[in-house]
This record gives sequence, C-alpha cells and structure tokens, in this order.
Amino acid sequence: MSSHVESLGSAQRAWDPRILEPVEELTDAEEPPPAIEMIRSAAMRPVLFRPKWFWPAVGVLSALLALGFAAWVVQLRTGLGSAGYSDQAFWAIYEANLVTFIGVSYGGAVVSAILRITKTTWRAPLTRIAEATALVTLPIGMLFIIPHLGSSWKLWELIWPPYWNLSSPILWDFFAVSTYLLATCVFFYLPLVADLAIGAERLAQGASSPGRKLLYRAYRLLAGRYDGSLSQRRLLAGAIGLVAIMVIPMAVSVHSVLSFAFASSSRPGYLETIFPVYFVVAALYSGVALVVVVVAAARRLFHLEAFIERRHLVRLGFIMVALGAAYLYLTFTEYLVDSYSNTTGNAAWVYQTILGRYWMPFWFYFVAGGVVPILVFMFRRTRTATGVVTAATLVLAAMWVKRLVIVIPPATEPLVRSPFGPTGALGLGWGTYHFTWVSISITVAMAAAIPLLLLIVFRLVPILPVAEMEELAAAAERAAAPTAAAAAVPVARLHAGNGAPVGAADHAGNGAPVGAADHAEVPRGDGDA
Amino acid sequence: MSADEQEQDETDRAPIPSAHQQPVTVTTGKHVSRRRFLGAAASGVGLAAVGSVSGALISRSARSQAAPARKATGSAVTGSSATHQWAMVIDLRNCNGCKLCTTACQRYHYLHQDQTWIHVFTMQSASGEPYFMPRPCMMCEDPPCVPVCPVSANFRTDEGLVLVTQQRCVGTRICMNACPYQARYFNWSAPVPAPRQPFPQEPAWPVPQVEGTVGKCVSCAAMLPSGRIPECASYCPMGVIYMGDLESDVAVNGIGNSVTLSKFLTENTAVRFKTTFGTHPRVWYITGHGQTLDMDKEVA
Ligand code: SF4
Ligand code: SF4
Repeated sequence: MSSHVESLGSAQRAWDPRILEPVEELTDAEEPPPAIEMIRSAAMRPVLFRPKWFWPAVGVLSALLALGFAAWVVQLRTGLGSAGYSDQAFWAIYEANLVTFIGVSYGGAVVSAILRITKTTWRAPLTRIAEATALVTLPIGMLFIIPHLGSSWKLWELIWPPYWNLSSPILWDFFAVSTYLLATCVFFYLPLVADLAIGAERLAQGASSPGRKLLYRAYRLLAGRYDGSLSQRRLLAGAIGLVAIMVIPMAVSVHSVLSFAFASSSRPGYLETIFPVYFVVAALYSGVALVVVVVAAARRLFHLEAFIERRHLVRLGFIMVALGAAYLYLTFTEYLVDSYSNTTGNAAWVYQTILGRYWMPFWFYFVAGGVVPILVFMFRRTRTATGVVTAATLVLAAMWVKRLVIVIPPATEPLVRSPFGPTGALGLGWGTYHFTWVSISITVAMAAAIPLLLLIVFRLVPILPVAEMEELAAAAERAAAPTAAAAAVPVARLHAGNGAPVGAADHAGNGAPVGAADHAEVPRGDGDA
Repeated sequence: MSADEQEQDETDRAPIPSAHQQPVTVTTGKHVSRRRFLGAAASGVGLAAVGSVSGALISRSARSQAAPARKATGSAVTGSSATHQWAMVIDLRNCNGCKLCTTACQRYHYLHQDQTWIHVFTMQSASGEPYFMPRPCMMCEDPPCVPVCPVSANFRTDEGLVLVTQQRCVGTRICMNACPYQARYFNWSAPVPAPRQPFPQEPAWPVPQVEGTVGKCVSCAAMLPSGRIPECASYCPMGVIYMGDLESDVAVNGIGNSVTLSKFLTENTAVRFKTTFGTHPRVWYITGHGQTLDMDKEVA
C-alpha cells in the first residue's frame, strides 16, 4: 500500500500554512494536472456507464423512502400526536431536522462559493459534488415543513399574500429559504453549462439508446449556444463569480432567519441573541462534514481517486475542524452566560441540558462533535483520509443530536412556576418528547433521500466540473511552460480532443488507475479512505 | 437573557379602572400609557415614531383589529370605543384546587383531558404551603402570540379578546413558543366529537376544535355579549373567578357576588402575572397567602 506514504506526505503538506491561501502556483503546481481527456471521460463515466450496484442501491433507498411515506400517511390520518408531540414538547424532531437538513446544504456554499471567491484552486474537482449536495439537501430540508405543520394541507396559505403576516419570522424563513433555493439552483446550473456542452459531445459519440438520446437533447437544450469561445467563458466566469458572492449572504440570512423563529419568544433557551451566528456556524460545520462524506463516497464509488486525492479530504477536514472549534466556542459562550443568569428559567434550562434530563445527547455532541474531530486533526497519525471521513460522519450525527438539544429542552421547559419551595417547586413538570416510529421513519426516509437523489444527479450530469478543471490545467501548463502559453489556451476550448476515443486517453495521464472506464466494478488501487 | 430581568418602566402599564381618588385621564396627565401612546402614533404621528420594537411589529391583523380601540375619542379607561373591555379577576385566596373550572370548560368546549384551557397549577407559597393557581389565557393587551403567526390566524378584538381563526391556522405552533403563560393547546389528534352546534365554528365559538390547529381559552367569547359569564366562572363553587368589564367597571363571579372592578382590584392589591414580559395581561390575581407568582406587585 503505497497510499500510506502518500497520506503521510499529504498530511505533512497539510500543516503548511500556505494551503489556505489562494496561491495556486504554490499549492497545486506541485502535481501535474490530469490530462484533459482523462478528466472528460472520468466526469462522464457515471453518466455513460451504470455501475452494477446502482439499481440495488436505488432499490434499498427507495424502500426507505416508501417507509417514510407510509409513516407520513399515518401521521396525516392520526394527527401530529403520532409523531410524539405534546403541548409540552410542541417542537422537536421535525424542527431539528428542518434546521439540520437545510444546514447541511451550506457545505455547497462554503466549498464552492467561498473557495471560488478566494480562488482556491484545489477546490476544482470538488465543486460539482459540493453544489450537487447543496442542491439535493436544501429541498429535502424544506420538505420537513410538511410533516412539521399541524395542518400541512393548508401549506398553500403560506404562499397566499392576503394571509401573510409580515411580522412573523416563519414567513421570513419562507422567503429566505425560497430565495436561497433559487440561488442554489442557479449556482448549480451556471458552472454546468460548459460541462453540458462538453458532455453532449461525449453522448453523441457513444452508442445511441433512447435514454441517451433524450439525455443528449437535454444537455444540448440546457447548454444553450455555449461553444467555449473566450467571450462566453469570460461571461460565464463573471456570472458564476457574482452568484458565488450572492449565495453567501443568502445562506447566512437563511439560517439567521431560521433561528429567529426560535428566538422570537421569551422562552429560556430560545431567547438568545447568539442564535443567528450559532445557527449559521452550525450549518457551515455540518455542511462541510457532509461534503467530506459525499466526496469520499463519490471518490470511491465513481473511481475519482486520480482527481480527488487524500489532500482534498484533509483540507476539507481542516475547514470542518476550524468551524467545529468555532461552534464549540459558541456553545460554551451560550451556556456559560446563561448559567450566570439567576432567573429560574435560564438556570433550570442550562442545568437540565448539561447535567439533568438532557445530559446524554448534550455530552454526545460535546464528545463526537466537539472534541473528537479536533483530536483527530491534532495527530498526524489520525489525520488521514480515513480519519477525516470518520470524524465527518461523527460530526453529522453529533450535529443532528445537537439540534435536538437546541430544540427540545426549551420546548419542554415549564414556564409557569412558583419560585419558592425546597427545590424551586414547579407549577408544572418538564415535558417529554417521545420518539415514535412515525417520526423516526420520516427522518430516516428523508436522510435516505440524500444519497438517492445524489446518485440520480451523478447519473445525469458530469460529476467533475470539466471546464473548470481544464482551465486550471491549462493555467498550470502555462505556468510550467511560459513560452507555450499561447498554445495552452485553446486546450480548454470545447473541441479540443474531439476525435479521441472515449477510453483511449485514460491511460495517458499520470498512470493513475482511472482507466477501463467501462468496467466500473473493477476494484481500484488503494483500499483506504 | 430572559425578559425576567428587563427593567420595569413605571409608565409602561395599562391603567386599570379609576379606583384612584381622581379619575385616570390618560391623555392629559403624566400617566401616558403605552397603548395610548401607540394610539396617538397610529392616528397622527405615524407608526415609525414608535420607539418600541414590539409596537412596530404588531401584526397586520392585530393592527386592523385593534385600530378602532385606539381612537382618540375612546373611553378614558382603555382608549377604546368598544362598549366592553373584558377582564378577569382570580381570587387565589379561595381556590381549593377542585378543578371544576377546568372540567366545566372542557365539557363545554369538547376538549381532550390534557387540553386544560384553564389549568389549575399547584404552587408553593413562601412558607412552603401549597396553593392553587388557575390560569386561563391572559388575553394580553400586547399579546406576543399574535405577531408571530405567519398566516395572521391570531388576532385581538377591539373588546380585548385574543382569538384564533382555526380554519386559517396552519399549525406552525410558533404562538405556543411565544406565549409566556403556556396558555395554548394544540390539537394533536382528532378533536372530541361535538354534536351539531347552534352556531358555525368561529374564533369566538371554537367548537368543535380543528385537528392540527392551535386552540386556547377564549373567555367564552360567544356568551359574553348576552351577559353570561364564562363556564369556569359559573362552575367555580368557591367564587374564585370573576368576569369583569373595564368599561362598565363591574365584575361578577359564579356565586352571585358582584363588585366594582376597580375598587375590588385596588382594595385587594391585585397583581398580574409576569408583567415584566410586557404583555399587559387582562387577568388580575388576588393573592393572600404570601404567594409570589412572579407577579407585578403594583396595582396600576
Ligand atoms: S373551580 Fe374554582 S375552586 Fe375549583 S380549581 Fe377552579 S378556580 Fe379553583
Ligand atoms: S396568555 Fe398567551 S395565548 Fe393568551 S393572549 Fe397572552 S400570549 Fe396569547
């Protein structure tokens, strides 16, 4: 396993402070960029060749989805009580899910928008995967509004202006999330235009089946009149840059406003001025964690090891850990300050969360979502692809649990109490939220929808941002051989490499095991990650 | 930080009826209530002049419903032109915790057992003695439950009742989050079946309840115009619950006592619950067993 040495090497580089700076020459020029033909065939391979496991995977995930649907029908028939809610636990799992699932869509915004704006070149092979993750998770998160509402059949009232109450944070949520969804779609589409044009060519070359013809037509339609000319590419790059800048404040606004829905009350634990920041950082943190997991899975399943290397995972991991530390700090601040407040409500809430009835989920977050990721990154031995992916998976679980810890304790806290008596006797005890098979099934189904939709997306569009990677490859080439600069530019043009047969160029690159495109089930090199 | 700690403003209080030696003339004296101030702002100065954030955020429906209540020509007591301003007085000295009020309410409105629109809390006094505290909806003058509703299902009538349009309610439950008194109850399952009613289901007569929507005490709004007091008040054997009208300054309980509301409140040093939240409840409590209910210690 040569990978061990490699991973150590990447880990050493990872400590280099330069990695977070947008200096492409310093970071990426070290490794020869993959040849263009290789990028193209690897990006289109999931589209052109169906992996053997595709239908079984879709079957299992769809079965989970069907279970969730059945649970939802039961909930519609019997009422929200079947999901474990009560008057003293009026918000619980669906609200936590709403926050979690919309939150993980932030990974796309960070990895794609922020790294794009900062011109971080190593992001290139990851952007499509990150954007697709955002595109898929955001609508799933929004869908949680449906089981969340007591009368979901009246959902239309939220889009019916005469009923709007503009002072309601829920309505702001609705506007913010819808706008963000639109932006996410645009942000997914714009970088795709050039790739669709390239992909259409690929589709035209291969054997023609009805499905492929349809896909070809869709590609052509969506690619518009893109032909890869310099002016078009400039225009597109400008538009992408603009949207990347716009997506960030939109993403921030979505989670801020989402937090207002909780914070716009007098309830201890919800009335927190820290909430908007707290929610945004949590979303970024869990979002990057999801991107790490999805990138690692896609790398494995679609054999992208030549493009997505361990260093990519480790670098993403660094961003994740930085956000995790920030979130740990915010958590600490929130509970610390509140525990100093001598009001019964706040003190009781802090006590019950940390040491009382909610200690288990709270400390689970603290260990799995706060401490372990930092420890994993502290030691070179664990700072490997496997370590990063393990940490990211833990973070995803921990952040979901943390959202439950944010949502449930304040909702179950008794507000009517008498301040006297030996134990501060309560007018009313704490409420309890009971998980039921209905709420769990709906949650699991929505979680299963993420890989399901991602698989479908990756079977439909190029999994790598071909044009972007080609451009960076050309830039790297220019940097390597300044005299050949003029010749290197047209490489990124659409018709470059037109005549090359699909699999032929695969072995041309740096010898990475990407070849044999048609046989997706052939095991590939290293066994780590 | 909790609103508990907010500093209390002397003037930030709705006046109660003129039990004082001199009548409370809200517009002339230093005693400018916030409601009156808002009224002036809404009618002339413009809402932008309102310094209070919550004032600016009063929902559309609350504004439209309460707009007549803020006419400068209204009564000196509440600034409203409505004939009634409903209020409740709960005399904690006599409550024995029998919960007949709760069951009467549930029977009348066809509610589930856990839908305690008037909930009798068992509390502990400073000396450790238990005492009982019935809690209906406080019919807040500045109800936090109203502005948060995305579909304007909550509103406040010009007679001072906060009601829910259950046909409109989508069930976000954000009002349950906002209410500091836990006075709102959701219909988590199918409501108790009710026989055919003489009136259609409406905010003032929410029978039967609607599944997937929020419900709460309505002060038996449908019977008030005909001079009947709410079910809880009529069924209380101890005469604890008085229904009153700030305009005509009378309050009546279920065992035939009728009092001058303002005098009754002043003489018994009535207090309101959690006034630091700025909700200005229209429910007054009379304590007498050394209770401390996180209540406003002043009468007016
Ligand atoms: S019926 Fe009267 S005495 Fe009985 S609990 Fe209700 S208020 Fe108290
Ligand atoms: S007591 Fe609660 S439900 Fe009643 S008006 Fe006040 S905030 Fe609204």
